[in-house]
Amino acid sequence: MSGLNAFQLLNGLTFAALLFIVASGFTLIFGLLRIVNLAHGALYLLGGYAAYATASASGSFLAGMLAAMLAVAVMGLVLDQGLLRFVRGHELRQVLLTLGVGLVLNDMMLVVFGGDTYTVPAPEFLRGALRFAGMFYPKYRLFVLVLGIVIFILLWLLLNRTRLGALIRAGVDDPETIEAMGINIRRIFLLTFMLGAALAGLGGAVGGAFLTLYPSADAEILVFSLAVVIIGGRGSLVGAAVGALMVGMLNTVGQVMFPEFAYFVIFGPMAAILAFRPLGLFGRTA
Amino acid sequence: MSTDAMPRLALAAVLLGALAFALVPLILPTYQVSILTEVLIYAVLAMSVDVLAGYTGRTPLCLGAVFGVSTYVTVYYSSTFGGSPYVGMALGVLAATVIAALFALLAIRTSGVYFLLLTLALGMIVWGICLRWTSITGGENGIRGNVRPAELAAHLPFYYVVFVAVAVVTFVMWRFVHSPFGLTLRGIRDSESRMRALGYNVSLHMFIAFTVAGLFSGIAGALYAMFNDFVSPSTVALTQSVEGLLMAITGGIGTLFGSFIGALAIIGLENAVSLYTERWQTVLGVAFIVIMIFAPEGILGGIKTLLARKRG
Repeated sequence: MSGLNAFQLLNGLTFAALLFIVASGFTLIFGLLRIVNLAHGALYLLGGYAAYATASASGSFLAGMLAAMLAVAVMGLVLDQGLLRFVRGHELRQVLLTLGVGLVLNDMMLVVFGGDTYTVPAPEFLRGALRFAGMFYPKYRLFVLVLGIVIFILLWLLLNRTRLGALIRAGVDDPETIEAMGINIRRIFLLTFMLGAALAGLGGAVGGAFLTLYPSADAEILVFSLAVVIIGGRGSLVGAAVGALMVGMLNTVGQVMFPEFAYFVIFGPMAAILAFRPLGLFGRTA
Repeated sequence: MSTDAMPRLALAAVLLGALAFALVPLILPTYQVSILTEVLIYAVLAMSVDVLAGYTGRTPLCLGAVFGVSTYVTVYYSSTFGGSPYVGMALGVLAATVIAALFALLAIRTSGVYFLLLTLALGMIVWGICLRWTSITGGENGIRGNVRPAELAAHLPFYYVVFVAVAVVTFVMWRFVHSPFGLTLRGIRDSESRMRALGYNVSLHMFIAFTVAGLFSGIAGALYAMFNDFVSPSTVALTQSVEGLLMAITGGIGTLFGSFIGALAIIGLENAVSLYTERWQTVLGVAFIVIMIFAPEGILGGIKTLLARKRG
């Protein structure tokens, strides 16, 4: 490939892994609960700041990741039980409500953390570069790549091989029957919502260590996640993975070749896919 | 039931509102006059949101960006070529219409939440380009223009020019949504499959509705260029689309004139809040949450429901 080398390809892949972590949470909530959570970007940033604060204080990156997931899962709980319950069943009102929540969260984080750029401190053993195939590549980015793959496998197993996953899938198809069978479907949906939120938080912690955290990072990651889900199709884990790969690679190609129009390089193909498959590559009609 | 004939009560309310907008500036201090100018301009943006959200059943989150494209083109033309501001505004409206037509080609394939998400993403592309294409747009710093002609430098004359322009635009939009074409749009909003079965070309109607909404947003954006004489990425940012939508919703979706009430409420709130705090974005977000939970019909929508209940 002209103009692209292996280093940049790996950059695209690792960015795709991060996008998958964030977008899988988005697609989980969107696909299974029919809630389009436009506060997802703000949850990502919140997770990033939580990880930064915790990791800086405790010196442990792992603690930072866990704190981010926990904090954002709790925020998801508050969002679902405190606000979204009032607009259940109204698709558009839900979306616009989460949009409002995103604006508030973003502004509040600006108050607390200001406009400065923060980097979540990566652990010692992930700093520096690894030498392989005749080049040096940052260890941390390889870690993100591996983490993305692990998350994919875990989520796939959760949805397809566990009782909870079966309940989630069944609840999507026919919540009334599930309720009639004596299962508290609302609690399962709430768990899914918190899991999706926690994934955004994890994304913030992981992304915050190599993309840095700044006030408009939430909007940027939200747009990338939207692109991933629009390309991959609502609620599809495989779709999110394929979408993340496409968006990650296209973004790298765009930034290397047409830096001023990097966005365009992503959204052009997205538009083309939509023209032929309005529900995304792996989307199914509801 | 005919929704076309405007009931006498509504007509009286509209005339009264127009009269208020015409006379009140005469007794206001200049600062408030400029706020009122802004209200009129944003009401046009909110009305174009309403054309799609209220009359076509597709909620857009990109018209703020279309609005901003027009502002960018107008300001850029005046600052770089120093040409006539009116030519610049015409070019701005043209650019906005072309962008909207391009967006429409993609967006009409989707509906519901997908439409919202796609238009959000499309609007963000515009923002991304304006932010990064620094050689043209000046990046974060934006561009200072030379759009406002000397004879309109004072607040009051400028207000009345905007007033007349907005009045004409409002009349045209009202005619548009109440034309047979507009009725077809409402048919599509209520049942797309039925309209298709009746032989209507649904895609073409939606394409035209979207492009027309873009045209009107472009007019608002060009007026804003003259009002502000400055443009930066925040003019095309998501908050712009969000504010336009919130104004349309606050006034009442599908009421057209509600946009004036919505614009007045939101911009009034913005100015009132700015006296006490810099956290406008938080207030905006809270307003969104509160309206979505308690008053999704908006002000005019609520009044309409009340009146209908009283009568029937």
